[in-house]
Amino acid sequence: MKLKIIKTENLDFDYEIYDDKGQVTEMNPALRGVNLTVQKGEFLAILGHNGSGKSTLAKHFNGILTPTRGKVFVNGIDVSDEEKIYEIRQTVGMVFQNPDNQIVAAIVEEDVAFALENLGVPPEEIRERIDEAMKLVDIYKYHKHAPHRLSGGQKQRVAIAGVIAMHPKCIVLDEPTAMLDPKGRKEVMKTIKMLNGKGVTVVLITHYMEEAAQAERVVVMDKGAVIMDGTPKEIFSKVERLKEVGLDVPQVTELAYELKKEGVEIPADVLNEEECVKSLINIFK
Amino acid sequence: MLKDITIGQYFPGDSVIHRLDARFKIIFSIIAAVMLFTAQNFIGLGVAAVFILMCYAASGIQFRMILKSLKPIIPLIIFTGVLNLFFIKGEEILFSWQFITIYTEGAKTSAFMMTRIITLIVGMSLLTYTSSPIMLTDAIESLLSPLKKLRFPVHELAMMMMIALRFIPLLIEETDKIMMAQKARGANLDAKGLIKKAKALIPILIPLFISAFKRANELALAMECRCYRGGEGRTRLKKLKASVIDFFAFGLVLCVFGLIIMNNIVFGK
Repeated sequence: MKLKIIKTENLDFDYEIYDDKGQVTEMNPALRGVNLTVQKGEFLAILGHNGSGKSTLAKHFNGILTPTRGKVFVNGIDVSDEEKIYEIRQTVGMVFQNPDNQIVAAIVEEDVAFALENLGVPPEEIRERIDEAMKLVDIYKYHKHAPHRLSGGQKQRVAIAGVIAMHPKCIVLDEPTAMLDPKGRKEVMKTIKMLNGKGVTVVLITHYMEEAAQAERVVVMDKGAVIMDGTPKEIFSKVERLKEVGLDVPQVTELAYELKKEGVEIPADVLNEEECVKSLINIFK
Repeated sequence: MLKDITIGQYFPGDSVIHRLDARFKIIFSIIAAVMLFTAQNFIGLGVAAVFILMCYAASGIQFRMILKSLKPIIPLIIFTGVLNLFFIKGEEILFSWQFITIYTEGAKTSAFMMTRIITLIVGMSLLTYTSSPIMLTDAIESLLSPLKKLRFPVHELAMMMMIALRFIPLLIEETDKIMMAQKARGANLDAKGLIKKAKALIPILIPLFISAFKRANELALAMECRCYRGGEGRTRLKKLKASVIDFFAFGLVLCVFGLIIMNNIVFGK
C-alpha cells in the first residue's frame, strides 16, 4: 500500500465577506466536500478554470487556510493544530504564481536561506543546504546576484530552491508558470519533474493542459468540488466533459478527438506530439 | 532606464577595507566624525585627511569618486566658506574694498571649515562605497541589538530595511510601467506648476500603492509558508564576525585619534 502524505476529509471552505463595519454579511462557498488523497512520491496536477477553488484547496495543504468544516491531514497531523503548524509548513512547501512577490531578500543566496534562518538552523548547515538546493535547480551560478536582475524562470527557480532547502516531503506549486514566458515555463517544468524524480511529492496547480498531461495523476475541480480524478490519459480522453467545465484538452488530444469523430481509427488518449505522430503513422501504413 | 539605478553607492571589491566588518566600519565613521570636530588646527585636520586618503588608497576606490561624493554638497561648502570669510572679525586686515573687509582670521577659519566639511563627507562616503546596503543593514541590526532589552523592535526594523532594499528596484520598474500606461491613456505628466505637477502624480501614485499593497499581501503569505515567525530563535546565514584585522584597524583609528588630541594639546588653536 502506498503512503498518504496529504488527505482531506469532506473539506468545506467558505470565504467570509465583510461589510464596512467588519461584520460578516455573506459566506462565499469556495470548497464543497473535497475528499482527496495525495500519495507519497506522486506527481499530481490539479486542473480547473478560474474560481474553481484549486488555489483555495492548495492553501489548505500547509495550514495557510483552515477548513470551515471537515479535516485536512498532512503526514497524519491535523493542519488545524496550531502547535504543529511549522512542522506542517516544513513538510509541505509552497511556491506561488508571482516569483517577484515571494522573494524576500535582495541577494539570491540570502533568499534561499530565509526559511532555514527562520527554522533556526545553524549557519554552517544553512550554507550546505542552500548550496545543495541552488545546485539542484541550477541557479548556483547566480547565488550572489540580485533577484530583480534574473529572468522570470530563474526567479521562480530561486523561489523553488528556497522551498526545497527546507527539505520538504511535498511541494505545492500554485500556477508557478502562469507569469512566465515559454522558455521560463519549460525551465520550471523541467525542475519540477526533476524534483519529483528525486522522490519529492509534487502537487502542481495549473490551467495549462500540456503541463497537467505530464503528471501521473490529474484531478479536475469545478465549483469547489473534485469532479474527475484519474491518469492524464483517462481524464483527457473525456473531451466533452472537460469542455463542459470550461477546460481545454492538449492540442494533440483535441486533434485525435476530432479525427475520431470523423471516423479515423485513432486512439483517443494521445497526450503528446510523439504519441500523436506514431498513431498517425500507424494509420497511414 | 530607471531599472539600472543602484541603491546606495556600493562598489564591490575585495580590498582590506571591503573585508572589514561593517559594524567596525560604522564605528570608525563615527570616530572619524568626532575626530574631525576635535581637531583644532590644520595639522590635526591634515593628519585626519591623510589618514582618510590612505584608507581610500587601500580600498582601491578611484579618486574621482571622492569628487563625485562632494558634488551634492558643493553649495553647502561654498556657503560655509563665504559666511566665515566675510563675517569673522579679527585684527589683521587682509583685504578691504568699500564696505567689504576680510580679516586673516576669517580667511583661516573659512579654509579650516571648508576642509573639515570636505574631509567629513569624503570619509563618510568611504563607508557606503565599501559596504553593501545588506552588510550595513546587518551591521545596524547587530549594533542596535542591545536595544532589544528596551523592547525596541530591532529585528523588525532590520527586516523592513531588507524588504525595502528588495522591493525598491521592483517598485521603480513598476512606476516606469504605470507612467507609460498612463501616458498612453493621455495623462499629462509633464505639466508645469507645482499644483499641476502634484495633480499629475495622482494617476501614478494610486495604482502604485494598490500594487504595493497586493505585493505586500502575497509576500506575507510566502513568508508564512517559509515558517517566518519573527526574530525569536532565528539564525543567520552570514554571521558578522570580527577578525584580527578589525581589531587592528580599530587600534589604528584610535592611534590617529590620539595623535590629533595630542596635537591639540601641544599646538593649541
